[in-house]
Amino acid sequence: MNLLKQIEQEQIEKLSAGKDIPDFAPGDTLIVNVKVREGDRTRVQAYEGLCIARSGGGINESFTVRKISYGEGVERVFPLYSPMIDSIKLVRRGKVRRAKLYYLRGLRGKKARITEKQDSGGEAAAVQAKAAE
Amino acid sequence: MRSGVIAQKVGMTRVFTDAGVHVPVTVLRLANCQVVAHRTKDKNGYVALQLGSGTRKVKNVTKAERGNFAVAKVEPKRKVAEFRVSEDALIPVGAEITADHFVPGQYVDVTGTSIGKGFAGGMKRWNFGGLRASHGVSISHRSIGSTGGRQDPGKTFKNKKMPGHMGVERVTTLNLKVVQTDVERGLILIEGAVPGAKGGWITVRDAVKKAPPKDLPTPGKFRQAAENGASAAAAGGA
Repeated sequence: MNLLKQIEQEQIEKLSAGKDIPDFAPGDTLIVNVKVREGDRTRVQAYEGLCIARSGGGINESFTVRKISYGEGVERVFPLYSPMIDSIKLVRRGKVRRAKLYYLRGLRGKKARITEKQDSGGEAAAVQAKAAE
Repeated sequence: MRSGVIAQKVGMTRVFTDAGVHVPVTVLRLANCQVVAHRTKDKNGYVALQLGSGTRKVKNVTKAERGNFAVAKVEPKRKVAEFRVSEDALIPVGAEITADHFVPGQYVDVTGTSIGKGFAGGMKRWNFGGLRASHGVSISHRSIGSTGGRQDPGKTFKNKKMPGHMGVERVTTLNLKVVQTDVERGLILIEGAVPGAKGGWITVRDAVKKAPPKDLPTPGKFRQAAENGASAAAAGGA
């Protein structure tokens, strides 16, 4: 078991080298820059939406991003360490009380809003202070 | 014909390729896989290598086996197996086969002992369809149905597929691809599943039904056997 974890850790280090994966959680709004292959060229396409779930652990970790595209709900699941992800940008932190926001699938419009997380001292302030330095 | 190797199944994980595709892989580990003996035409009537892998406490080895290992000057092995080879592919006794014996991209045949399933019914064991969920079927939804004719044969034919013990048998999976090798840790990563439980002994051979790649090392990649006493130094230099 240990050996497998070691192999996976090496893979993670190799895949996330030069990449800065932000510390995001369900409820956060993200921009995922995805590499798209067209013939023999690749370009980067942005996919913006709400992270509604993170699942798995280690190299198998993935996250689900939901957005409303032309009135239709669209969900994409990305492996966290996929080489097809160019970068992930955290746009807005949301205040939610559960880990999987699948209840949003049944809601539209105003009801599907998520309030922004207010940084009120404690941990978040410490993170900001660190960033300011 | 080259020799195969004896490896131990570590478990499964995934590997991402540069193209972004993920590949499910099984990790196999070479646990000190050494040549224990030769089988030769003159002496045995066929040509083969006897390999041994793993370690075993000396007190748990029978005297007869201890004698065999002593002749080869190797530590007692947990698992011993023979591989038929052609005469020019013999590897010297005591040599330790390394993971780069196999080349990434080549195909291999993998043999192991499948996980035991106990006493299994016809649906699980032979993929029978079972009976209907409704329309008057009672209690026997997973039964095997009829086992033969009427008065005419008057018997159930031999080898009729029926419920019984499943698993714990030798299973060979053909044409699995080698994804990666790691010589230092003795790891071979093979695409897809390999028969057997974690920690089980697996034999890996070049694929019988696929042409081998051109740059395959023959008779194989191995660390030379070290003479007694100077074993550490020689192993480091090899």
